[in-house]
Amino acid sequence: MDLATFSDYLLQLAIMAGQSVLLLVSLLIFIAYCLLADRKIWAAIQLRRGPNVVGPFGLFQSFADLLKFVLKEPVIPSGANKGVFLLAPLVTCVLGLAAWAVVPVAEGWVIADINVGILYIFAISSLGVYGVIMGGWASNSKYAFLGALRSAAQMVSYEVSIGFVIITVLLCVGSLNLSAIVEAQNGAYGLLNWYWLPLFPMFVIFFISALAETNRPPFDLPEAESELVAGFMVEYGSTPYMMFMLGEYAAIMTMCALTTILFLGGWLPPFPFAPFTWLPGIFWFVVKVFGVFFMFAAVKGFVPRYRYDQLMRLGWKVFLPISLAMVVIVAGVIQFMGWAP
Amino acid sequence: MRLDQAARSLFLSEFVAAFVLAMRYFFKPKATLNYPFEKGAISPRFRGEHALRRYPNGEERCIACKLCEAICPAQAITIEAGPRRNDGTRRTTRYDIDMVKCIYCGFCQEACPVDAIVEGPNFEFATETREELLYDKEKLLANGDRWERDIARRIALDSPYR
Amino acid sequence: MSLASAFFYLFAGITVASAFMVIAARNPVHSVLFLILAFVNAAGLFLLMGAEFLAMILVVVYVGAVAVLFLFVVMMLDVDFVALRHGFLQYLPVGGLVGLILVAELVLVVGGWAASPGAEALRATPVPPVADVSNTLAIGRVLYTDYLFYFQAAGLILLVAMIGAIVLTLRHKEGVKRQDISAQVARTPANSLDIKKVSPGQGV
Repeated sequence: MDLATFSDYLLQLAIMAGQSVLLLVSLLIFIAYCLLADRKIWAAIQLRRGPNVVGPFGLFQSFADLLKFVLKEPVIPSGANKGVFLLAPLVTCVLGLAAWAVVPVAEGWVIADINVGILYIFAISSLGVYGVIMGGWASNSKYAFLGALRSAAQMVSYEVSIGFVIITVLLCVGSLNLSAIVEAQNGAYGLLNWYWLPLFPMFVIFFISALAETNRPPFDLPEAESELVAGFMVEYGSTPYMMFMLGEYAAIMTMCALTTILFLGGWLPPFPFAPFTWLPGIFWFVVKVFGVFFMFAAVKGFVPRYRYDQLMRLGWKVFLPISLAMVVIVAGVIQFMGWAP
Repeated sequence: MRLDQAARSLFLSEFVAAFVLAMRYFFKPKATLNYPFEKGAISPRFRGEHALRRYPNGEERCIACKLCEAICPAQAITIEAGPRRNDGTRRTTRYDIDMVKCIYCGFCQEACPVDAIVEGPNFEFATETREELLYDKEKLLANGDRWERDIARRIALDSPYR
Repeated sequence: MSLASAFFYLFAGITVASAFMVIAARNPVHSVLFLILAFVNAAGLFLLMGAEFLAMILVVVYVGAVAVLFLFVVMMLDVDFVALRHGFLQYLPVGGLVGLILVAELVLVVGGWAASPGAEALRATPVPPVADVSNTLAIGRVLYTDYLFYFQAAGLILLVAMIGAIVLTLRHKEGVKRQDISAQVARTPANSLDIKKVSPGQGV
């Protein structure tokens, strides 16, 4: 390898690293404010105020929490399997953030525009279960282990319906590339062209499965605080705990972004005419992601937690048949109407 | 019947209704007080931090009768009386309340014949060390001076019911 | 050495090392975790070959689902390590025999390997450029045309296996109260409450 190609590699590497760092930093700040928004929204529905002391309206709360977590002493239980115990939060955190490598936040604004983007996100989110299982097992505690087992079964079950929902969208698009999925929703009718309307049942199923996949209430059985204390996170504190939380919220953000891309037209403006098209794509993307996140947070306020058998029933006996049937119906309709891309 | 149930569950009617309700609550005024900046109303009978009161001319009310010390169920009060003065009254030389022992039952203020020891409206007297909660006479008199207006008003408000 | 080959040696090295650790690790949970590492690195090798669809499917299916179930089972096992070591020598002859047979079969297979007569012609056919036909598309074209029958047969076998597993485990015990959720949801005050006006001293 000669010097020119080598320096070419280095330059590309530097550009890539710079873009990644930019995305990571803005993502982390977005997550910090979504965490605050989560608490505020939840509080508002329960007629509380939520965090409002650190900074104006509590705007610096997440950063104060970060400092607190980092400065606390990490405690590792003596019976724990130390390596796996520390690996688990790292896995959760890294996987949560890694999924964002392929998310197009605006037209052409994507770190890795690979042509199996949606499969990549699906693969990464299916790996998310390892952080939970490893953490639960390595803690050497009953509650943690029970939480981990529940979580493993839950996440594997709901991945199935998420997979089918993704397949229906792919049938309509004809590509696995996330940017192509967004482009396929571009049309003259703005938000009526997006897939949430023609694929409305799948949109609902995807939203609910995303709640279950990310262990959000009402499906937060892995950490059901009233029965399992805090589930797989019982033994964690300080920085490892923070990494679990960060990974979890990054996964939630990924799911919100995926909902936006699959059903809400990604970076496309809701109305394809003048005042809306002036705003950059990133603005619409962030607004939509936050809108979906608002629903994630609001659901926490008004739906009671599912019992474990009800959760499994919903996943396997309701969502799986419906989504399977929808795959067949959508494929049939596309074939017979000749709409295949 | 079954059909309309199926339709309702298909269109997630319960979920939508719950969401609408949640949004109504979302914009309602908050039920929580913004505590350090806003405080809830407290009853005139509220039993908070103790205070020793003075007469308007500045003389201590306490006559060292030790009724409060006697009635205190937690034995949190310790009083030592000084010698009888020219006008025939006594005053305390020591009046300690162990606020850690105190159960805030209010018996001391009920027992007091001269309304000297009272439990005031203040409930924000947390300290960083335990020792700071062992109140002596000086601290209690200072409390009395500080809270006198509130305490007098509370006693006036509550007097019709006694 | 190009960047691609550097990554090849990295992935291949980790795959082989973690595959070794799968059988060498004392703790079975660690074994499964190393197995997962091997899977992920194998997916990396697929990526290097330009087979990104296979790589992602490998991760989704094997790492995301199969290995989770492995881990599930292994974690629930109450393994006594001392007893495990104890029988090592006792089982050595049988294990050795099985290993020997496997090696012999491998040698036979590799020794008997010959290029099919059509292979040379197949190699000579032009490969469409990656920009036109992504490998997802290519796999789909082959799978649903030339190999449609095999694909359907594989699906059928899996379906039979699934039904078999359900039949083997499904038991409807008599006398077990089960929840009928739609019946519960269908209950309304109208059909479950009976409001009676009770006049004083009369009873119901």
